[in-house]
Amino acid sequence: MGKRVGMEVAIAASEAVALCNIDVAAVYPITPQSHMAEHLADIIHDGRIDAEFITVESEHSSISACAGASATGARVYTATSSQGLMLMHEILPIVSAMRLPIVMGNANRAVSGPLNIWNDHTDIMPQRDSGWICMFAENGQEVVDMTIQSFKIAEHPDVMLPVVLNIDGFQLTHMIEPIEFPTQREVNKFLPPRKPFASLHPDHPISMGCFNMPDIFMETMKAKDTALRNSKKTIINIWKEWGRQFGRIYRPVETYKTKGADTLILTVGSMGETASIAVDEMRKKGVAVGLVKLRLWRPFPLDELHDAIKGCKTLIVMDRAVSFGGAGGPVATEIKSLIYHDKGRPRIVNFIMGLGGRDVTVNDFIAMVERAKKKKDETYEYYGVRE
Amino acid sequence: MKKKKAASKAWPEKWHEVNPGCMVFIPGNASTYHTGSWRAQRPEWDNKKCIKCGLCYVFCPEGCITEDAEGFFKANLDYCKGCGICAHECWPGAIKMLEEVE
Repeated sequence: MGKRVGMEVAIAASEAVALCNIDVAAVYPITPQSHMAEHLADIIHDGRIDAEFITVESEHSSISACAGASATGARVYTATSSQGLMLMHEILPIVSAMRLPIVMGNANRAVSGPLNIWNDHTDIMPQRDSGWICMFAENGQEVVDMTIQSFKIAEHPDVMLPVVLNIDGFQLTHMIEPIEFPTQREVNKFLPPRKPFASLHPDHPISMGCFNMPDIFMETMKAKDTALRNSKKTIINIWKEWGRQFGRIYRPVETYKTKGADTLILTVGSMGETASIAVDEMRKKGVAVGLVKLRLWRPFPLDELHDAIKGCKTLIVMDRAVSFGGAGGPVATEIKSLIYHDKGRPRIVNFIMGLGGRDVTVNDFIAMVERAKKKKDETYEYYGVRE
Repeated sequence: MKKKKAASKAWPEKWHEVNPGCMVFIPGNASTYHTGSWRAQRPEWDNKKCIKCGLCYVFCPEGCITEDAEGFFKANLDYCKGCGICAHECWPGAIKMLEEVE
């Protein structure tokens, strides 16, 4: 294990990508992902890794270039944010349908309009049904670890699906954190070179991305859905393998002080760190509150969520996105629907908070727990909005 | 995922027989799919009017029209979609589109 260094998380993300010995990167810079793009370009320009950096004219092109490169058997990385991810949207389901193991870092940022460059999850949530494996990092160390894990997960012969790793914009990308880097030898041991299931080569002609008639399209969709569902088993195994080699444990659903808690806060991404301090504060005062952190968003870890929320009376779901005119935040909506049939299911209180970079502090989490106690129904509520 | 097993079927029936990513491992296997089933009308040649110019052969988007030993033309009905372009282009009017009836 290497030593701990202080590093900006976006820079560390690119250093992690370099450790993975990628062959091709096609990245278009966009705030707050820019430092990831620039630093990766530096690494490749300086010849630190033997890779090709394709300078593209848009994110639609960057993901398309990645798809082509991945089809030839290359290990491929891209990174984007917000509007860039929206521009990639058309290609995302194609990449997963073609079973191309591209890894993408997404520096989460609010989607326009109005224009706003700060953090929330309104960029990734509309990509929910793209068929990508979708996970969230909570701190700089997790960004490094999960970037390396993502390549192994994506390229595994039982998975062969793209992975998007969500890294909260500014809240994470621009923090300078102490990070422990694995050595190149350790990464090589964990992540051997990609062995593609099939690749494009003029000597062995095959066709990828073929057209489907109505008489086969539904079978293809079920095959894709099943592949994504089945990937959970491999993801968990790879996280266990990481734990054995590096001593840091990763689970689809993380829990913090949930034992004996009748109220649980559920978070996604970097806000889990702040919420854990709020839980400490409230526990000191004897409030039976705990924290559940959703690391894996697709495939959805329903069994693990069930285990985590067992016995709790109130589940407070924090959503950093909203489905306008719908049932609330996407995370709460989904959890409500998934546990609808459960006997003795918890009451779900859904707060829409932290949109467009609005700060959510320790005191805000405490205030939301207080507010949840008084709330009678299960409708969603905006927290921190001036009334 | 075992490639050999996945590649062995020319045309999948069930969802779990679909090749990952719908990859096609047998080049040119589109010929095993008979697009003739799409046809509502079929072309019929009147060789008394045919001047053997070959325009039908040139314009057929499916490439399913062939020349016989005498220089006349016919369509392979396994692939002919019945689009009628041959009949439209045939200026001596030697090709007629006839309704396909069961």
